[in-house]
Amino acid sequence: MSYVIEGSTGAWEVVIGLEVHAQVVSQAKLFSGAATAFGAEPNTQVSFVDAAFPGMLPVINRECVAQAVRTGLGLGAHINLVSRFDRKNYFYADLPPGYQISQYQHPIVGAGVIEIELGDGSTKSIGVTRLHLEQDAGKSLHDQHPTKSYIDLNRAGVALMEIVSEPDLRSPEEAGAYLRKLRTILRYLGTCDGNMEEGSMRADVNVSVRRHGEPFRTRCEVKNVNSVRFVMQAIEVEARRQVEIWEAGGAVDQETRLFDAARGITRSMRSKEEAHDYRYFPDPDLLPLVLDEAWVATLKAALPELPDAKRRRFMDEYGLPFYDSAVLVAEQATADFYETIARGRDAKLAANWVMGDLFAALNRTGRTIETSPVSAAALGALLDLMADNTINGRIAKEVFEAMVDTGEAPGAIVERKGLRQVTDTAAIDEAVTAVLAANPEKLAEYRSGKEKLFGFFVGQVMKAMAGKGNPALVNAALKRQLG
Amino acid sequence: MLTDLTLAEASAGLADRRFSAAELTEAHLAAIAALNPRLNAYITLAEDSARAEAAAADAARARGEAGPLAGIPLAIKDLFCTEGLRTTAASRILGNFIPPYESTVTANLRRAGAVFLGKANLDEFAMGSSNMTSAFGPVENPWKPRGDAAAKLVPGGSSGGSAAAVAARLALGATGTDTGGSIRQPASFCGIAGIKPTYGRCSRWGIVAFASSLDQAGPFARTVQDCAILLGAMAGHDPKDSTSADRPVPDFAAACTRSLKGMRIGIPREYRAPGMSGAIEALWQRGLDWLRAAGAEPVEVSLPHTKYGLATYYIVAPAECSSNLARYDGVRFGLREEGTDLTQLYERTRAAGFGAEVRRRILIGTYVLSAGYYDAYYLKAQKVRALIHRDFTDAFGKVDALLTPTAPSAAFAQGANMDDPVQMYLNDVFTVPASMAGVPAMSVPAGLDADGLPLGLQVIGRPFDEETVFAVAAAIEREAGFDARPAIRAGVTP
Repeated sequence: MSYVIEGSTGAWEVVIGLEVHAQVVSQAKLFSGAATAFGAEPNTQVSFVDAAFPGMLPVINRECVAQAVRTGLGLGAHINLVSRFDRKNYFYADLPPGYQISQYQHPIVGAGVIEIELGDGSTKSIGVTRLHLEQDAGKSLHDQHPTKSYIDLNRAGVALMEIVSEPDLRSPEEAGAYLRKLRTILRYLGTCDGNMEEGSMRADVNVSVRRHGEPFRTRCEVKNVNSVRFVMQAIEVEARRQVEIWEAGGAVDQETRLFDAARGITRSMRSKEEAHDYRYFPDPDLLPLVLDEAWVATLKAALPELPDAKRRRFMDEYGLPFYDSAVLVAEQATADFYETIARGRDAKLAANWVMGDLFAALNRTGRTIETSPVSAAALGALLDLMADNTINGRIAKEVFEAMVDTGEAPGAIVERKGLRQVTDTAAIDEAVTAVLAANPEKLAEYRSGKEKLFGFFVGQVMKAMAGKGNPALVNAALKRQLG
Repeated sequence: MLTDLTLAEASAGLADRRFSAAELTEAHLAAIAALNPRLNAYITLAEDSARAEAAAADAARARGEAGPLAGIPLAIKDLFCTEGLRTTAASRILGNFIPPYESTVTANLRRAGAVFLGKANLDEFAMGSSNMTSAFGPVENPWKPRGDAAAKLVPGGSSGGSAAAVAARLALGATGTDTGGSIRQPASFCGIAGIKPTYGRCSRWGIVAFASSLDQAGPFARTVQDCAILLGAMAGHDPKDSTSADRPVPDFAAACTRSLKGMRIGIPREYRAPGMSGAIEALWQRGLDWLRAAGAEPVEVSLPHTKYGLATYYIVAPAECSSNLARYDGVRFGLREEGTDLTQLYERTRAAGFGAEVRRRILIGTYVLSAGYYDAYYLKAQKVRALIHRDFTDAFGKVDALLTPTAPSAAFAQGANMDDPVQMYLNDVFTVPASMAGVPAMSVPAGLDADGLPLGLQVIGRPFDEETVFAVAAAIEREAGFDARPAIRAGVTP
């Protein structure tokens, strides 16, 4: 079912392209040695280069280049062995040199592809046009003083990767899936932490609408949207706005817009006529960036297993369905956690525990997989207690909750609470006899053909045994006595 | 007089303990005190620190640790950032800027033991050929036309203060920067030697940028050998400048005594500009004769794209300057003229801070980079630049160096050419091509014109072959026997 916007004159298709700015994980800025840590006191991570003092010159940070190449390789993209830095000229108080060093005509990474997974279990390939390196600007704070603006240059000069998609996305859901998938890949690669709240990943959203089968119509760019949810909302409201304009006989103007999350609207930031003339030209302070093919190959060889490959492996190796695999590989830490448990155990059962009880516990306690109150080894040990019949599945849930609360090892909890499963057939038979004796009417009903009552008797026996009866043995004993 | 010594002679005198660095520096400070109020060669004097540096040089020599330039008093073009010492670029916008860092070139000179007398005047942001655009007033050329002691001539530009200081014996040498001729033309106008080395030979780090793809630091001195000594100390790879060349610095001074036997010297026919003065034409011919006498073979060569050099330069350089000067916005350092909003702050600061020539070039540069004009101007200029570069490459396939006049005229009067920027730009017609190609080029004083004003000849070499340039320039210097001195100089005030 494709996504359409139903207007008063019929259905409209939405065409979306995303430009994602991903802050590169690196110790130092793209062209200066200043530090990049988030949350430092304002203007404490600023070199003379960042502040554009007279005579200061940029020197490319090799690690940032490596991160861009890794990302390109992770997107299956073409790595351009020769790329170039250009100056994008505009005046603003948080842009000290009056230009941003970017890659306009010759980006470091060319075309690639991201495979997104959709809710109905289908996948779709989204083209990546290019990835280029550029500097971030500083931050302007307009709310600190009644008449003045404050400038924080800590972010000025930090390396960004701008990752541009083809206009291949057709719904807010696809755009959300694209962003999540891109974030997953970046995190696997360790090239961007993908933290949209801290601004280390931001998206500019290009939206247009058209009738099915038409060429593209005029698009608008919604700037600097800072969460997946907002991106999806912004697309929806912007597309509806455009549909209304077209249907009223008007024409959409190409312009840059801002998303106002509080009011749920987009509003004009600047029109095409007001667009900056950035006067791009090659930065004469920098030589062309020439990469050694062997160096690129070294980076490629050292890449981690990426989410798509891991998902396929989980399906092959552990026999998991597509959906489970996709959920488990979304974060590398989750995938590692899962694999620690699954190796040598019932892989499907392990997946159920991670995606069910563990995720629920993390949600409840506000923890992440990295700070999980139950370690992978401990959860594995719990599964082992089930496998060797020390406890049954029902008791395991109780033990797990105790593990979440106390951090104790499952074996210790079982011993302390006396939760060891009863496999003594005499004891089970005794419990069965007592239950049947206590429920003569139900017994009669069962015997007269109401076989559904078998479950009732299982429950009563387990209850009598405080849940500790071995389910298989309880079933067998019941069957025997019920005849 | 100590101030009349060459740099090499002064070094020898210091080494032989015939005088101290303190005495040498005092002699220069006294000359500056006497003449600078008139010549205006220095914007900022550094008497106290110069005395301290001289004392330190004497102490180092006493310990046997004297560097190659220990105790040598120099003028530093006020485009080089000097830590704790005001650096203005001769602009109001940096009028009170005190850098918290030292440029690589001046740091190299300090390490060699040099004494900095002060910061030399220049055209604002190095944009000019007359030193008339300085916000700190013009520099007077110490040379006078014969019989006209009252005439005030320009020292050339943009490094006019540096050239005038060295010519008038207010320093043994000076640093300059050359973007389109800013070392060579003032050297020619002031009767001294000056070299623009190969682009990348000296670090640009800490030099206030004008046009990054062209700017290159180089020395002025009264002899070719002194220039060689200074360049040896200034040059070298700097990881802080991505365009700095990672190659060893040869012994330039030794190259000055190389024989020219068997060398082929190219005479580019395109440099015979129509309307060139007879004196310059004749001097060029004498230069050829001298080189032939020194054993070299003159060869006529063609640099067919020479005629496009100036036009190309006046697209590329303003384009880069329009971007490089965007940082002077009143926000973080330098002049700030308050406004009611950010745009007004920019407009007021930049209108008050930049002079007319700087504004003109920013406007030209902004124009040639604008959407719709970029291809016709900037991109085309880059293509022509590549052709100019190829001209030199082709010529250097046939010859070892080129000989041309440095400038189309001798020094002109202060105020001349001021109403016609194109006429002013024509001063750079012979120097710009080498800048566009990034090749080394040197002006060496070779004679006087009919008015008794100095004229220089330009020697252009292969990339990173400053040694041949020095060898050829030194030969001209020996053959020319140029010993004229300016009317105004230390100890002589007419």
